[in-house]
Amino acid sequence: MPKSPKTSAPTAVADRSRLAVRKTYKLYVGGKFPRSESGRTYLVDGDNVALASRKDARDAVLAARAAQPKWAGATAYNRGQVLYRIAEMIEARRAEFVALGVAAAEVDAAIDRWVWYAGWSDKIAQVAGNANPVAGPFFNISAPEPTGVVGVVAPGSLLGLVSVIAPAVVTGNTVVVVASNPQAAITLAEVLATSDVPGGVVNILTGKGAEIAPWLASHDDVNALDLSGVDDPGLATDLERAAAGTLKRVLRPVSGVDYSGDPGTGPMTALLEIKTVWHPKGF
Amino acid sequence: MTATATSRLSGLPDSPADLRTFLHGLPGVDKVGIEARAAALGTRSVKTSSKAQAIDLAIRMVDLTTLEGADTPGKVRALSAKALRPDPADPTCPAVAAVCVYPAMVPTAAAVLAGSGVHLASVATAFPSGQAPLDVKLADTRDAVAGGADEIDMVISRGAFLAGDYGKVFDEIVAVKEAAGPAHLKVILETGELGTYDNVRRASWLAMLAGAHFIKTSTGKVGVNATLPVTLVMLEAVRDFRERYGRQVGVKPAGGIRTTKDAIKYLVMINETCGDDWLSPDWFRFGASSLLNDLLMQRTKLTTGHYAGPDYFTLD
Repeated sequence: MPKSPKTSAPTAVADRSRLAVRKTYKLYVGGKFPRSESGRTYLVDGDNVALASRKDARDAVLAARAAQPKWAGATAYNRGQVLYRIAEMIEARRAEFVALGVAAAEVDAAIDRWVWYAGWSDKIAQVAGNANPVAGPFFNISAPEPTGVVGVVAPGSLLGLVSVIAPAVVTGNTVVVVASNPQAAITLAEVLATSDVPGGVVNILTGKGAEIAPWLASHDDVNALDLSGVDDPGLATDLERAAAGTLKRVLRPVSGVDYSGDPGTGPMTALLEIKTVWHPKGF
Repeated sequence: MTATATSRLSGLPDSPADLRTFLHGLPGVDKVGIEARAAALGTRSVKTSSKAQAIDLAIRMVDLTTLEGADTPGKVRALSAKALRPDPADPTCPAVAAVCVYPAMVPTAAAVLAGSGVHLASVATAFPSGQAPLDVKLADTRDAVAGGADEIDMVISRGAFLAGDYGKVFDEIVAVKEAAGPAHLKVILETGELGTYDNVRRASWLAMLAGAHFIKTSTGKVGVNATLPVTLVMLEAVRDFRERYGRQVGVKPAGGIRTTKDAIKYLVMINETCGDDWLSPDWFRFGASSLLNDLLMQRTKLTTGHYAGPDYFTLD
């Protein structure tokens, strides 16, 4: 993401009667904000940010797996409300994102993206599912179900980050995100933590994608991998190869996705499994 | 207390009053000290090849347990098969120490385990409460042994123990041991109901004096099960008992041990408290069910180099 200088310096620096309260950006795992298990941090634009290790990825997958059945079992209506609530909460913290250097128009677009996906929660089944005509006395339905736990290497922009998290979670998946723009991502995590999103549904790790992503790609308990934020083609190929070991679904969008455009249903349907049920009728 | 009970070891207290004096003469447990010690031992880092050895040892120490009202012969057969080959995909994975079931399920498990070297433990004596007449407890024990169990996990009468009737508890253990015949006797203290570490220490000594082969923390049926400090108190008791009477007694924490990390903390604690004489399935067991899958997942992680998932292991 292009970094513009922060628009407001911390007021504490100007006001000499107070000590500056310096913020450490920590991870977001299982609804909590832990430091990295490794104890490592790194500096991003002068801020201390936790540098996640493979064990943080492991813990995040455990949290995501634990949260998944209940999140998928919630009604679509409920999930839609929670996503809408996220939009409300970002709206309230708009200034914080702008202060981090995110363009105001992009914050607006990110809010709109949450609202857009919130609306899809109780409609995707009608679009991706079907009642199939079959040659026999059967009532035949195809219904979409969430894939499960999704590992995501997120693109740098806030809109890109929202555009990879929202389509995954709206249908009942839970995600482990490796974020490349840590301050905006963890500020988004603070929004999620106060938006009725159950702990573990979204887990955000900050650090080096090249270090963490291979552990997600090879993890037996991760069901799908979204490589939207991987710029290095060599790394992407390695991750795809590792993911093949457990037959994960892999999303590897062609480079240069414009997240400001209409996303369509593709990002949602890519992380759905279709279950077809044959039910006898006519007896 | 009977004369036969006391003749096993020299220097034993030989009347209920003496027993009481002896048990209350044991030094008190420093609660803060024991908890700090257990917590400190839980911080050791065990990695790579040491971890691989610890995991295999822990697997060999597992008493794979199912003690549910809903146990069916099918479930017990499946569990017994898992005990023999915990990881069917990896023949180098060792078998567990024993299978632990209710007496009614003993014949079912025995049919699978016969001749395998995996022991068959049965809870008995009105498990888990122990609130039944002695005759019933003895019949329960005999049935389990007749069905093929070679280890008996008995519960003590916590009611009698807490009322201070140590003689009754002692006599019951002696009687059950006699009824169990050749089977090894594990005595469950149910430490979650004993209230204090002092009581845990007394109950440990009482069970050992009465002839227990193993002392076990819990049934797994009450709110508080095995904890590190309680197990540490019991490990100190078996260490001191061997020093005094020359007989080695095993320890089995049960209930609430679910992760490899927990299991390794126990192994560290044994080594630091009793030395490696106890680092063997003959002298230390884990009463657990879900622990085994976590051990297998960690083992798989070490052999394959990537994280394992529960989808690839059996549910029970």
